Amino acid sequence: MADYDLIIIGGGPGGYNGAIRAGQLGLKVACVEMRETLGGTCLNVGCIPSKSLLHASEMFDLANKDFAGLGIEVTPKLNLPTMMKQKTDSVGQLTKGIEFLFKKNKVDWLKGAGRLAGPGKVEVIAADGSKAILEAKSIIIASGSRPSPLPGVAVDQQRIVDSTGALALPEVPGSMIVIGAGVIGLELGSVWRRLGAKVTVVEFLDRITPGLDQETAKTLQRSLTRQGMAFKLSAKVTGATARPDGVDLTVEPVAGGASETLSADYVLLAIGRQPVTDHLGLETVGIVPDKRGFIETDHFATSAPGVYAVGDVTHGLMLAHKAEDEAVACVEIITGRAGHVNYDVIPNVIYTFPEVACVGKTEEELKAEGVAYKVGKFAFTANSRAKVNHEAEGFVKVLADAATDRILGVHMIGPDVSEMIGEYCVAMEFSAASEDVARTCHPHPTRSEALRQAAMGVEGWTMQS
Amino acid sequence: MTDIMTPALGESVTEATVARWAKKAGDAVKRDEVLVELETDKVSLEVVAPEDGVLSEIDAEEGATVLPGQRLGRVGAGSGVQPTLTAPAPVAAASTPAAAPTPALAKTLPLSPSVQRIVTENDLDPAAIVGAGKDGRITKGDAIAAMEAKSSPAPAPTPAPVVTPVAAVAALAPSLQPIAPAVPRAPAAREERVRMTRLRQTIARRVKEAQQTAAMLTTFNEVDMTAVMALRNQYKDSFEKRHGVKLGFMGLFVKACVAALKEVPTVNAEIDGQDLIYKNHYDIGVAVGTERGLVVPVVRDADAMSLAEIEASIAALGKKARDGALAMDDLQGGTFTISNGGVYGSLMSTPILNAPQSGILGMHKIQDRPVAMNGQVVIRPMMYLALSYDHRVVDGQGAVTFLVKVKDNIEDPRRLLLEI
Repeated sequence: MADYDLIIIGGGPGGYNGAIRAGQLGLKVACVEMRETLGGTCLNVGCIPSKSLLHASEMFDLANKDFAGLGIEVTPKLNLPTMMKQKTDSVGQLTKGIEFLFKKNKVDWLKGAGRLAGPGKVEVIAADGSKAILEAKSIIIASGSRPSPLPGVAVDQQRIVDSTGALALPEVPGSMIVIGAGVIGLELGSVWRRLGAKVTVVEFLDRITPGLDQETAKTLQRSLTRQGMAFKLSAKVTGATARPDGVDLTVEPVAGGASETLSADYVLLAIGRQPVTDHLGLETVGIVPDKRGFIETDHFATSAPGVYAVGDVTHGLMLAHKAEDEAVACVEIITGRAGHVNYDVIPNVIYTFPEVACVGKTEEELKAEGVAYKVGKFAFTANSRAKVNHEAEGFVKVLADAATDRILGVHMIGPDVSEMIGEYCVAMEFSAASEDVARTCHPHPTRSEALRQAAMGVEGWTMQS
Repeated sequence: MTDIMTPALGESVTEATVARWAKKAGDAVKRDEVLVELETDKVSLEVVAPEDGVLSEIDAEEGATVLPGQRLGRVGAGSGVQPTLTAPAPVAAASTPAAAPTPALAKTLPLSPSVQRIVTENDLDPAAIVGAGKDGRITKGDAIAAMEAKSSPAPAPTPAPVVTPVAAVAALAPSLQPIAPAVPRAPAAREERVRMTRLRQTIARRVKEAQQTAAMLTTFNEVDMTAVMALRNQYKDSFEKRHGVKLGFMGLFVKACVAALKEVPTVNAEIDGQDLIYKNHYDIGVAVGTERGLVVPVVRDADAMSLAEIEASIAALGKKARDGALAMDDLQGGTFTISNGGVYGSLMSTPILNAPQSGILGMHKIQDRPVAMNGQVVIRPMMYLALSYDHRVVDGQGAVTFLVKVKDNIEDPRRLLLEI
């Protein structure tokens, strides 16, 4: 008899949420996680600690630059060890919270590295090297992802760091070069820029945040530039030499031309993430990952019977909430329920200042697909709450089908838009039209009124601008 | 007050249409008396009164779409059915008016603001709009489509015929010869717009899905029915006497198909994603025409049944189908289908697959035809057979082998006994 109904390899957002759901549905379930704490990249060295530092550094920046304009005159003093400690404390409380949820839902945490050991078998290798083989009726691979390496740039976590290292620098760098103008680079670059570093972002492409709505991306770049972040686009990093007190980086234009050497105290490598599918024993069940290491799935089922995969190891956006949704749907499908993930309504957020939040199609995608659409846009400068808070940057843009008015995409940039995108997610999940949002009462005065005014704009009746 | 709820509708059925209320609001009802008939994609079902009382409210009018657990109406206590110590009339009178003015909008799921505006401005009945949104909600796009459907196809009402003299037509269009000066018939007589029943909608959707999904093609053969007709003539009376069911051809065809399916298992398989599912059970759907449309009840485990059991099963399912009494279980999970267009006189046809199945046998009319036998032209009762199959699953050789096997078994039914 199998030891478990379900074993999940990986204790990140996919793994732990899947395990909890399985426990709720009465499965005998175990989650294999090799870290000392649960929560995976997201909770330990990703989303959560970065948001902690983003919040704290934003407060510091506000106190430095904006308080005076509100009539508060202070000279803030940074205590980096305290800032790091409050981050670590929060993370600790949250990882303990998952342990509690495991107990509550009767999920066993198998501490160690998990790998497949043939059909229906999972080998767990503990930190002390001891091994155990457990049998399960179903197995979910939720091993997640890790930072992608760049040839010539060896991460030493001293001077050349990845996202994990950048969350725990011992000092505020005098200067920092971020390789990669994606979400992680811009967020962590923002943290250290606010705390005093001179930050330069080097990006291979000719734009920042690839995949993001172009107009929104440009607005974000303008905003970050104004804050003092420098951008070097269409530039290729060909090598890095770490010194005891800094790093020399060779950079050449993508279009060709003379290379130059840039120097900084620290370099953050943030060019993306790659799936963790090596050392997983995939070959023992006949799963062959694709060239980039991703596992092909059909409704989460892999090519091996009884083995499923969710989250960053599968194709699609590498987002904690996508992994969470997939894991829940996968467990529901395994138990004969109607699990489903609506990939058209997966929001995406960048936690810079201003924040960026979007869901659905970009204008570029709609043009490429030949979809006739209308645009409604509303700038926060015309929103009373944003104005009185001295936070009137950014806009809300709603894209809706020209014929049916169904909302196809929403792109926002502005303070706290991460907390406002959920409204449009619900609307889109219910196939709402822009008019449905336009005719829904919103509280005044709030920034959320901008959501409504932008929706009104789709049919040309924005009232407050 | 007791709520009358929409019952669970069965696997994969998410909604039903209210087909007919057997009672009006205010009517006295007895426990277990039929109150309302619902129609789903697959079956009709009846909802009965949970207790004696008065049908005090109807929440879902005829034509409305309802979900499991949704309230259809309410039955209140006190009524004419109880021994009348007090005068029953005032009780009924008191409860009826309360129910009457239920606004039309409340009968369906709550409407979104844009839909609310469009139906109000255009005087549309939301219950008549098919919703494409979550759980069948009406989206703005659906409402716009309903609005356009309402405004476009209806031509202006024909003016009274008296004012359409031939001369006027000629004057308006002098180049036209008034060959047919007859006044056009009123539009109402020329066409009629009727909402499709759920069953019709489901059939429409499924046959189109089958066409779009499967690589469907048809192979033909013909079968000499002499032997089975002789068999039937010789034994039909004793068969019926012994088993209480008529000896028909369908049972023999089911047997012949099961034998052929065992020989060519791909015809009994289906595609699921990148996998093929081979089925080791033989559940044969038998298409039955009813007043409402075609349904395909399933003869379960036909391989384990005697001929008499199969005939009895087909007879029982056919009766249930015509009575509209099929249950969900009768319709689900077939692995292969037989359709007999011959009962309507079809000589040859290409049946459409009953997805996700991979094969369907078409039987046709038995017709005396001259055929060559041993160098002689003889008259034989012949039937064309058609096998439509999904070429993704079944290759041509398998399909032809299958059909030849069926032909051989029918032409010499002794083979079925000997299992050769």
